[in-house]
Amino acid sequence: MRRITPWLLPLAILLLWQASASFGLIRPQILPAPTEVGAAAWRLTRSGELWTNVEVSAWRALLGFAIGGGIGFAFGLLNGLSRRAEVVTDTTLQMVRNIPHLALIPLVILWFGIDETAKIFLVALGVFFPIYVNTLHGVRSVDRQLLEMGRAYGMSDRALLWRIVLPGALPAIFVGLRYGLGIMWLTLIVAETISASSGIGFMAMNAREFMLVDVVVFSILVYAALGKLADTVARALERICLAWNPVYAKG
Amino acid sequence: MTVTVLDRTGSPEMRISTRGAAVRLRGVTQRFGAKTVLAGIDLDIPAGQFVAVVGRSGCGKSTLLRLIAGLDAPRSGTIEMDGATAGDAVRLMFQEPRLLPWARVGANVEVGLGRAGDRAARRRAAVEVLAQVGLADRAAEWPSVLSGGQKQRVALARALASHPRLLAFDEPLGALDALTRIEMQALIAQVWQDKGFTAIVVTHDVSEAVALADRILVLEAGVVAMDLAVDLPRPRRHGDAAAAAIEGRILDRLLRR
Repeated sequence: MRRITPWLLPLAILLLWQASASFGLIRPQILPAPTEVGAAAWRLTRSGELWTNVEVSAWRALLGFAIGGGIGFAFGLLNGLSRRAEVVTDTTLQMVRNIPHLALIPLVILWFGIDETAKIFLVALGVFFPIYVNTLHGVRSVDRQLLEMGRAYGMSDRALLWRIVLPGALPAIFVGLRYGLGIMWLTLIVAETISASSGIGFMAMNAREFMLVDVVVFSILVYAALGKLADTVARALERICLAWNPVYAKG
Repeated sequence: MTVTVLDRTGSPEMRISTRGAAVRLRGVTQRFGAKTVLAGIDLDIPAGQFVAVVGRSGCGKSTLLRLIAGLDAPRSGTIEMDGATAGDAVRLMFQEPRLLPWARVGANVEVGLGRAGDRAARRRAAVEVLAQVGLADRAAEWPSVLSGGQKQRVALARALASHPRLLAFDEPLGALDALTRIEMQALIAQVWQDKGFTAIVVTHDVSEAVALADRILVLEAGVVAMDLAVDLPRPRRHGDAAAAAIEGRILDRLLRR
């Protein structure tokens, strides 16, 4: 019963939506019935259009995430370990952080046009900061007493990094990872909606031109599902990697 | 007794520490800013002796221990140890267990072994030391499921793992409840007798010092104010009259009664 309860409300809303559409309370041009959205989903899956676009979007998202997250992680680690590096770079990074990365869209279109580079650049930029800030915070908040213990027990700098600093920073890095995944999808949705010739955002905008509201609604649901999928994977990784931590062990 | 020796390149004394290290301090001084914490300590600790250092908070006893353990360097003076001075020969046990929460109990003990031997040998050695502190069956657990006393026993196993010739304890039982403390004291006394390392324990609990040590040093204002031999048979019992007399003498000194 406890497993079913959380799903009762969404189910009721779905039924209400279907009923309102069937009885003509909502015009299909505003919001098509769930069955029509389902039919659109079936159509797009059969034609292969859905998979092509999901593949394109997922590729952009992951590549951008890998680039931005990788650079953010590297800077977070570097600045967490070295005060000198932090003095040199942190102020600059914090200033750039205050520019909403989506505000750069016009500039990015001027630089890169509307091809892949523009979207990957925006995703990387958006993902960079949460990963950077949280990695830095994680490395900084590693227990000093454990570091002292490691040194007293003759650990090399390399061993200290692998056995104490990184595992100690991992919970914070995961916070950054999950936050970064959210930003990743958000950035991609905006970028694909504004300027693209493929991807889920393009699918939605293209459908809008032809008044295919069912496809628009379905595209939104696909974004939601992809976001949820990414978060689920991150949570699972968290549970595996942080099994030692009682907070995560039974999540 | 038999000692399992890991395959190491080093002199024989380095490999087997059934023998403790003798320590000699000459004119050891330590200052933090304008404050002199240790004012020229001269001290000889024979190999295998169990020394307790007591004193009020801020008397410099932890500073002294950190210097002997090689964690800090003195401002002036010398600290010599016969044979090796650094590396696996000296181990320090802290007031907190300081276990790596992300490593299993066995892996935490392996930290004490460094990179000696191959993985399987390290694992075997870790289980062996865990058995000596009565936790052989807990090697695969996370530290977070252990009680405070058990964690401190794992920390003891980690310190013992490399067969140190000198073991330094910085208030190792300060955070434990009274009964667990007495059990831990008995355990420490027992492994010390088995292994023969030199032991230095810093504590503000005088009765603990009397229960454990051969010799008690009272530290006051950065100098050794009292150097007392404790000639009581082992194993010692808490509440013994002779022990109480020694405890009374030290407390009188500390409280200036």
